[in-house]
Amino acid sequence: MGSLRVQKRLAGQVRQPDPLTHTLSEAFPETATDAAAIGFVLARLPRTDAPILWVQDRLSRKEAGRPYLAGIGTKRPVIMVDVSRAADVLWAMEDGLRCRNLGGVIGEIWGDPPALDFTATKRLALRAEAADVPCWLIRRAASPDLSAARDRWRISAVPSAPHPHDAQAPGAPRWALDLFRSRRSKPGQWVATYDRAQDRLNLAAPIRDRTLATGDGAAGERAAG
Amino acid sequence: MERQGNAPPDDIPIVLAREGHHGPVIHAANRTVRVNGILPGSRVVDMRAICPELQVEFADEAGDHAALDRLVLWARRWCPWTVRDGDDGLILDTTGSDHLLGGEAAMLVEMETQLSLLGLTARLAVAPTWGAAWALARFGPVRSICAAEEVNFKLGALPVTGLRLDDATVLLLRRLGLKTIGAVMDVPRLSLTRRFIKAGLAANPLLRLDQALGKLAEPVASVDAKLRFAVQSRLAEPIFDPTPYLPELCENLCDTLKKAGMGCRRLHLTVYRTDGDVSHVDVATSATTRDPTHLHGLFRDKVERINPGFGFDLITLEAGSVEVMQVLQNRLDGGSDDDLHLTRLVDRLSAKFGPRAITRPVLRESHIPERAAAQVAALANIADVAAVTTQERPLRLFDHPEEVRVLYAVPEGPPAQFVWRRQTHRVTRYAGPERIAPEWWKDRPGTRLRDYFKVEDQSGRRIWLYREGLHEDGRGGDPRWFVHGCFA
Repeated sequence: MGSLRVQKRLAGQVRQPDPLTHTLSEAFPETATDAAAIGFVLARLPRTDAPILWVQDRLSRKEAGRPYLAGIGTKRPVIMVDVSRAADVLWAMEDGLRCRNLGGVIGEIWGDPPALDFTATKRLALRAEAADVPCWLIRRAASPDLSAARDRWRISAVPSAPHPHDAQAPGAPRWALDLFRSRRSKPGQWVATYDRAQDRLNLAAPIRDRTLATGDGAAGERAAG
Repeated sequence: MERQGNAPPDDIPIVLAREGHHGPVIHAANRTVRVNGILPGSRVVDMRAICPELQVEFADEAGDHAALDRLVLWARRWCPWTVRDGDDGLILDTTGSDHLLGGEAAMLVEMETQLSLLGLTARLAVAPTWGAAWALARFGPVRSICAAEEVNFKLGALPVTGLRLDDATVLLLRRLGLKTIGAVMDVPRLSLTRRFIKAGLAANPLLRLDQALGKLAEPVASVDAKLRFAVQSRLAEPIFDPTPYLPELCENLCDTLKKAGMGCRRLHLTVYRTDGDVSHVDVATSATTRDPTHLHGLFRDKVERINPGFGFDLITLEAGSVEVMQVLQNRLDGGSDDDLHLTRLVDRLSAKFGPRAITRPVLRESHIPERAAAQVAALANIADVAAVTTQERPLRLFDHPEEVRVLYAVPEGPPAQFVWRRQTHRVTRYAGPERIAPEWWKDRPGTRLRDYFKVEDQSGRRIWLYREGLHEDGRGGDPRWFVHGCFA
């Protein structure tokens, strides 16, 4: 929900988009161990206390770790499903999307398994739209090939905002967002700053000013804009 | 069988009475009374004339029934299939269990011993049918054992009362001169049929005779035998895929469950193959259910595990763990409660992946990061404790901290450069250290403390790094560095 509002504002669109149903989105972290995508997805889920279904395959669990409750916060319960194959992840996600009481379904799939084809993503997208539950597919070490996901994001961490009190400490996290394919809005690139205290995503500047990413992110260097 | 638990001495004439049509009648009598010629069923006032010192107690028939019902279950020690027979009998189907007690004769001795230890006198008999056992136990020799081929011979000598007939019929047979069961057997069948064609079972000597001789079935229906809920579908041709038949089977099964007011927590699907083998698929649910679509959905992807061989021509679907299921209306508008959907989801996932794959993380009171979050069963009712620390924690935590190779160590603070997963990370900014001491009440002696740093590398990734131990802390060599998690 929040993202649509944000996208609309950023892209300068005045036209009201179609009814705001939740749907399937894909997030491609730039590197496997980058938790920026997780942070972005969690920031984008609707602010309810409905439980999240979180499905991980074995490689994602081993290579990128488990979601850590102390970091996510206990505002809403998480139901973890640990499976080994990508086909099982898709099965569990699809099954979870039959339950309208969920606040979101997050699936993590490693690589490009044959099970994750256009049909599988189409099924997920249709299910998510029918149940009106946001569904996120986090794909590590994957190539963005054919998919029916309505929004596809490429997300990477960029050097954080300056810490207000400590010059050498990392501050609020910043993410480079690249919406490279979208059904519902105009694709674009942004740098988002996440305000942890208010649980708010501020899209600071479009990425065309990206002097920041090429810099070394040293202390005192500030984001453009 | 009569209760002798705390009976008065045998020489006092005492009877138990119950209410009859014309005043109290004798329900049971002790031996002294029976010697005097007093029979159960006669009126108490008449019998007082025969035996003036007769003492009368009223019988507790309901209590006797209850005691006998308890005894039915107690008799399961000898065989699994027992049932109460009338007011004063037990029927035990000992088929296949007598050899465990050393044969039929030894079994009867053992039963009589155990019952006498309870203070009960018992008259026992083994016979191939219910009726024959009834007659032999009451009118036959002590502990008589009757094989299947000698039923005619052994029953022939017993009085017609042994046929479990009502009093009027017994009187009629006596008046006809048929005093023994053998005499009834000798009467031509046609005559008996014609005479008793309209009589019910209790007044029909022919039916009773057929039951005693095994010509008419009289199965032993055990008291708490569970109802078996199973449906099957017979196929004209052997097939390889049961999927098209499953919805109908599930619906039929749920219909029978619904009629009985039951729900099930397990389903067993069995296919009978044409090559003389069977294959099974089992599914389970976390809550009692009888929803056909839900149950059918649990079989999704599971029927593929059936090995069809050369095809199968019979499918059976049986409900297991059947429980009484209350129909609950959750809302006024007839809708269902939110929790229900979640239970069903957890059901489906557990049916597919096993219950251990579905967990819920909860916080625990600990400062050690891997102990601060624990996995519990998804629907376990465990309250979250509040987080013990307000420090920022990473979004991802590795199950096992990964050791990194430090390229440029700095005396204070994190390394300036380190290699993790064959990639060099240059630390540009860091926060920390946050020192977490080992929990001495849990950890082994010699566990080193940890200094945690949140570091940011040159590409902007934020990593949770820790140093295990200090220089010269006397707990091992140089401290090592580990990556424990990733921040957003």
